[in-house]
Amino acid sequence: MSVALVDSGGANIGSVRYALQRLGVEAPLTRDPASIRRADHVILPGVGAAAPAMALLREKGLVDVLRGLTQPVLGVCLGMQLLCAYSEEGDVDCLGLIDAPVQRLQNSDDLRVPHMGWNEVTACAEHPLCAGEAREGWAYFVHGYAVPVCAATLATCEYGVAFSAAAGRGNFMGVQYHPERSAAMGMAVLRNFVAL
Amino acid sequence: MLSRRIIACLDVKNGKVVKGVRFRDHAIAGDIVELALRYRDTGADELVFYDISASPENRRVDVGWVERVARGIDIPFCVAGGIRSVEDARAVLHAGADKVSVNSPALERPGLIDELAAAFGVQCVVVGIDSLRDDDGEWRVREYTGDAARMRVSARRTLDWVEEAQRRGAGEIVLNCMGSDGVRLGYDVAQLRAARALCKVPLVASGGAGTREHFRDVFAEADVDAALAASVFHSGDIAIPELKRWLQAQGVCMRPGCGGM
Repeated sequence: MSVALVDSGGANIGSVRYALQRLGVEAPLTRDPASIRRADHVILPGVGAAAPAMALLREKGLVDVLRGLTQPVLGVCLGMQLLCAYSEEGDVDCLGLIDAPVQRLQNSDDLRVPHMGWNEVTACAEHPLCAGEAREGWAYFVHGYAVPVCAATLATCEYGVAFSAAAGRGNFMGVQYHPERSAAMGMAVLRNFVAL
Repeated sequence: MLSRRIIACLDVKNGKVVKGVRFRDHAIAGDIVELALRYRDTGADELVFYDISASPENRRVDVGWVERVARGIDIPFCVAGGIRSVEDARAVLHAGADKVSVNSPALERPGLIDELAAAFGVQCVVVGIDSLRDDDGEWRVREYTGDAARMRVSARRTLDWVEEAQRRGAGEIVLNCMGSDGVRLGYDVAQLRAARALCKVPLVASGGAGTREHFRDVFAEADVDAALAASVFHSGDIAIPELKRWLQAQGVCMRPGCGGM
């Protein structure tokens, strides 16, 4: 089995690679279209902001590569948001693979943005990504934008309002939390993904 | 519901974990990765590694241990100390840290906060503030607290700096109340509450934890997002699983530790 980790330019994407290594899976970091197309599984990690991340994918010629993938693809955090239709962050069109917008979390006196810390995730769909130990539990989030609950939602989390903690359409899936930093819950979702 | 976080802070000097009392009198406490794994297993929500020698001596963080920690643990961690530029931060984040925390270098050159936020996003950028109440009753920032000989009072009022840091792109603020640090008489609730009123990003309380009641009080009275402690955890005087169980029973939302709560 081969897993390609798309080098999306984010600063700490190495952590995802280490998490996969703890599962015994080697995932080279790559921007090479052929390596990405050839992989059995593709992970699109991402930290930072949507607009520069989309600009980088375009610059590296990866937009059409990612859109054309037929194997299981997992977007992590910003990577999940990039799979969606559009992001309010920087007012940018994303990859359009999951039919949902990405909206800013509203802050108030009780709700600080970014949403940072451990929160409860509950699966709301029967999906192999969110099966077993990944059905419900505590996961680590760090984000200021989120995908609202929609037809593609696989698991929800609540921060003022409910949002998509995981979403998917066909072979494209994403988790808003950081599985590499979400202890047992995170390892379970990664294990589920590489078993797809 | 978002849980409140319990953060264990490990002071690092020359590649070993130490804990200073009132920032003096350091003693080696143990291997970094071994301690990181121990805290992960006991249910710490996050770890902060503070390289206390890096900033005063103008040394950068040795990223070798950062990478070893990143490979070993599956909870978030932040690296503080010695980050003076976007390139320094990039090296630490590339080694696998989730966040970087800046303190003295941001006081020297506040634009560093803007640069880090632009390069990595606000979620990676923590601003650490060492603060002490002066004789006139005002809280003011201290610089170079890792080195007693170089430590000095900044002209900045702590609350002004809390506001400026956020404006520039801090995604989280750690307020270390030095009057309380190392003496285990409780967090400085009055100062933290004043900071909370101005702080729209996550606020972490630091300095003063001695009993489980101190944790309850700082969450209940200062509404902080996280409480950081070091010596009470390192010494074993407070065990994190029991602390979290007790706080949960007191109505503070906690993530259950490993093995259930």
